[in-house]
Amino acid sequence: MSEILPSLRARNLSRRHGKRMVLEALDLELYPGEVLGLLGPNGAGKSTTMRILTGNLASDSGDVEICGVDLFEDSVAAKIHLGYLPEISPLYPELTVSEYLHLAARLHRVPESDVGAAVMQALHRCALTEVARRLIGNLSKGYQQRVGIAQAIVHAPAVIILDEPTAGLDPLQIREIRALITELGRSHGVILSTHFLPEAEALCGRVLILRQGRMVFSGSVETLRQQCAGKSLEDCFVHLTRPEEIA
Amino acid sequence: MIATIAAKELKMLFGSPLAWIALGVLQGVLAWLFLNQVDAFLGLQAQLALLANPPGVTEMVAAPLFGATAMLLLVVTPVFAMRLIAEERRNHTLPLFFSAPVSLPAIVLGKFLGLWGFLCLIVTLTTLMVLSLRAGGPLDMGLLLANLSGVVMLAASLAALGLYFSCLTAHPSIAAISGIGASLGLWLLDIVSKDLGGWHALSLLWHFERISRGFLNTADVAYFLLFTTTFLMLSVRRLDRDRVCG
Repeated sequence: MSEILPSLRARNLSRRHGKRMVLEALDLELYPGEVLGLLGPNGAGKSTTMRILTGNLASDSGDVEICGVDLFEDSVAAKIHLGYLPEISPLYPELTVSEYLHLAARLHRVPESDVGAAVMQALHRCALTEVARRLIGNLSKGYQQRVGIAQAIVHAPAVIILDEPTAGLDPLQIREIRALITELGRSHGVILSTHFLPEAEALCGRVLILRQGRMVFSGSVETLRQQCAGKSLEDCFVHLTRPEEIA
Repeated sequence: MIATIAAKELKMLFGSPLAWIALGVLQGVLAWLFLNQVDAFLGLQAQLALLANPPGVTEMVAAPLFGATAMLLLVVTPVFAMRLIAEERRNHTLPLFFSAPVSLPAIVLGKFLGLWGFLCLIVTLTTLMVLSLRAGGPLDMGLLLANLSGVVMLAASLAALGLYFSCLTAHPSIAAISGIGASLGLWLLDIVSKDLGGWHALSLLWHFERISRGFLNTADVAYFLLFTTTFLMLSVRRLDRDRVCG
């Protein structure tokens, strides 16, 4: 049986801010049709990892391959397979949803003849069709977040990276976004970051827990539960991610 | 890709009232100057007729008008340039470009061309006003083209300079003020360097004035070309620093 190749593979990623190591020797693999959760408390290095994986930040060492293309050697070719929603959605309030998605599709090199269809599909998948002609600035936070996700998937990339996609949303919106991510996870490789454990449990096949830039756990939520040995998942998470000096 | 980014810049520019108001105000100021020049020219015609080799309407009206356009561009370009990167950085929209399959030079060139295109539109409106004089008589097309290319090259230099200052900060107003300061400094270098010798060759004014006299030579073209390229390259380097330094 042929081996399934990872959509994204990162090896030995490290990043230093001044004297502080924010990321240390991180290895990570993402396979097609998988939702990988990046967990950790604030400042654990989740956003830094995502910024490095998407070419928004340089790493001090290590390499990243997206669909077999080295991100640091040939960033343009690698980024074709990448969709990214940063922590703060990169939205232009003065554009309409449709105009913005057309721009995102063109920036992601969707052929001009397919741009219309790609935008229509992204609008449909993110349930944005009704607000397509409205200005982004006039939309609610939940809709804006969906527009952010739509720009990350408009070009149907192999790898989708979502940085805290449900932060600041109300419970109903969270449920909708989660359903969308689950659906995306069937056909794409998705990495999402969260510091909310139930979210990871609900969405992710595999989780990777970071503490102060170092990986302290990698495996399925089920494995984590087994490791907890009777403790609640939350206690286990707190124990794993407690800063070293306190632990 | 470059065209996509340039088109986005133009679209966003015309989506805001700023561009329309600026075009209206500039056109109003330039039209007033134009009429003033035409009036002065008509008043002087009797005296000019006595001269053996009198200056024509192009020299008396078009050249000063292009000079005024250049002065206005000097002030307004940094105001438009400030949005290019600084505003995107402040609004956290730069990751849209950085995570898309677009190289940094393409981002910089796209943004530059968007702004330059807008400035060329201002120059086009000036040119149309001047061309309306053809209804009354012939124009010195050589001199007109020299002036036009001088302003267009100056606009490119100012756009590149403004873009660079926009790359330096996340505060659009700081980008605008420092851009205006730098443009004025480079413009006035000609005056302050009279005693120092040689420095005037770095002045935007000095090169522009040579061209506006109808003397389009390689050295001046090369100056504007080098100036523009240098600041575009510096902008690319500065944007790359965002990625490296975080």
